[in-house]
Amino acid sequence: MSAVRCVDLCKTYRQGDQDIKALDHVSIEIDKGGFVCLSAPSGGGKTTLLNAIGGLDIPDSGEVYVDGQRIDNLSKGDLADLRLRQIGFVFQAYNLIPVLTAQENVEFVMQVQGVATSERNEKAKEILKEVGLEGLENRRPAEMSGGQQQRVAVARAVASRPALILADEPTANLDSKTSDGLMELFTELNENHSSTFIIASHDQRVMNYAKRLVRMLDGRIVEDIDQRAA
Amino acid sequence: MKIVFRLAWRNLWRQPRRTWLTTGAMIFANMLLVFMISLQFGMYSLMIDNALQVFTGHMQVQAPLYNDEKKMRQTVPNIVPLANAIREELQSDKVAARGWAFALASSDDRSFGIGIYGVEPEFENNVSNIPGLTSLGRYLGDNDAAEIVMGSVLARNLHVEVGDEITLMGSGVDGSFAAAVVNIVGIFDSGVTDIDRNIAEIPLGFFQDTFFMEGAGHQVVVFGDGLAAVPELKSRVQSVLPGDSDLVMLDWDALQPGLKQAIQADMSSAFFMYFVLVILVSFSVLNTQLMSVLERTREFGIVMALGLKPGKLGRLVILETAMMGLLGVVLGVAAGALVTAWFTTNGLAFPGMDEMAAKFNLPARMYPQINALTLLAGPITVFIFTMLASIYPAVRLHWQNPVDAMRVA
Ligand SMILES: Nc1ncnc2c1ncn2[C@@H]1O[C@H](COP(=O)(O)OP(=O)(O)OP(=O)(O)O)[C@@H](O)[C@H]1O
Ligand SMILES: [Mg+2]
Repeated sequence: MSAVRCVDLCKTYRQGDQDIKALDHVSIEIDKGGFVCLSAPSGGGKTTLLNAIGGLDIPDSGEVYVDGQRIDNLSKGDLADLRLRQIGFVFQAYNLIPVLTAQENVEFVMQVQGVATSERNEKAKEILKEVGLEGLENRRPAEMSGGQQQRVAVARAVASRPALILADEPTANLDSKTSDGLMELFTELNENHSSTFIIASHDQRVMNYAKRLVRMLDGRIVEDIDQRAA
Repeated sequence: MKIVFRLAWRNLWRQPRRTWLTTGAMIFANMLLVFMISLQFGMYSLMIDNALQVFTGHMQVQAPLYNDEKKMRQTVPNIVPLANAIREELQSDKVAARGWAFALASSDDRSFGIGIYGVEPEFENNVSNIPGLTSLGRYLGDNDAAEIVMGSVLARNLHVEVGDEITLMGSGVDGSFAAAVVNIVGIFDSGVTDIDRNIAEIPLGFFQDTFFMEGAGHQVVVFGDGLAAVPELKSRVQSVLPGDSDLVMLDWDALQPGLKQAIQADMSSAFFMYFVLVILVSFSVLNTQLMSVLERTREFGIVMALGLKPGKLGRLVILETAMMGLLGVVLGVAAGALVTAWFTTNGLAFPGMDEMAAKFNLPARMYPQINALTLLAGPITVFIFTMLASIYPAVRLHWQNPVDAMRVA
């Protein structure tokens, strides 16, 4: 069974008197344990596709399956549960909770999931260390740089070891060394925990790490390359 | 600590000034309510005490239907021994027997129909303030003496003074003609014109002789330890009533139905004012919570995107309001209790109150009354209404789409 399957997705936004096809008959299937980079120029539809897969946004037509379950017709509450239990998000803008510290932000999802205090403390510390934020656990978002906030957001997305991780431009604010570190972490999680990664990015480094590269343009998939063969 | 609690608490202090302003409004309203309600209840109990201390008492023992019909033959037999038994049972002197009759009082040149109480001179001053208000001459002494004290207006109307004699004419308990000549020993001034014009008192023994009562009377007046203890008082008095008698016990409420009505009327107008205050505070809370929800749209979008259900977020908003409301209740009740407590010991005087007080025989100062009801009724209402005010901002979240919300800058 595939981790994600999209069938003929369409999503149109109206801007002024213009219709913008953010998704134009997109079909894609991603296997469990996949490591996919979605690449497109700005406005190409990456975020829209990730949101549809994550149940954040309902497409106008087409079907979305996550882990074999059709999700585009689920209720709001069921979608929330799906995101909470199966999906880790890294949003394009890092989107941390301002009143919580780095550590608390990372623990947030686990806490809502009901993970025991000591366990989630430990996991959060460990993952923060892996993204290079050791010692910054008690800082609030406002007290961190953009890149640091970005890494907290990544830590939050992967801390609970979700089966599917959707990351929107996770390296946008990072220098090359930190970016590499992050991609190593993703690769390690992908290989050892068989988490499926779908990463929207036009960062060449990310494309290099990905096992599969999907290029989009104006809401359509224009190229789909299996990079493992190469 | 649960995550929702922590979020709620920290969220409150993101805008400390706004939170304090809103909480301050609640604290102030709660304080005001505690003080006003306490004062109001203090005033009521003063009113009740004063009204009951004239003749009514906390309760009375009477013959059935006497209270409504006031017929001379509806008597309490052997009333003095009964009064003694009640005094014995209660270990209290605040018990007195009385008779009541209508008579024509005549001086040399005038006659008026009046009401006459036969009272136990030894005990009457324990259940009534009339003996203490005898401003000319003295109060009654000997239980069998042919003496009378009367209201000041009546004395003026009859053209009599202390030391004069008047005749009383009426009918006895058996319907026969009753008459007596009595010596005026005192004149009282209660400040209540109706009483001062229409009422006189003679000793109970003499009353029983004059009206052929054969040891009977019409009412045993009893005071206990405050209004709250009246039900217990009644059951203790019940235990000494003769087993075969059909005597009834009436509490102050039944004896003076107008009193409670007057208080209720006053209460409803006061409570309308309080209600307006509560509504104003609720709207200020509604405004605050609505604003704080709106400015966190983006943040709420994030947590919803992460998988927190809108219902849980709604609970967060309600919890934030509850924390603020609780702060308002705790601090408001504390401040209100402090202020009120100060006035409970020192009393509160209004300008011009001395005059009024002297005229109506009231104390010159008002003392608020603190109890659980006066402390909590107002603040709890404020709390409930602020919680109601948080429902709308909380429910609104259900229509919020996380992606749109996250787009908001
Ligand atoms: N809420 C919206 N309202 C109107 N148009 C929208 C909305 N969201 C997206 N679009 C439009 O849909 C198209 C696809 O947007 P999308 O955000 O998916 O692009 P993207 O590939 O993520 O771009 P970027 O790299 O800049 O993040 C764009 O043309 C965008 O303007
Ligand atoms: Mg995007």
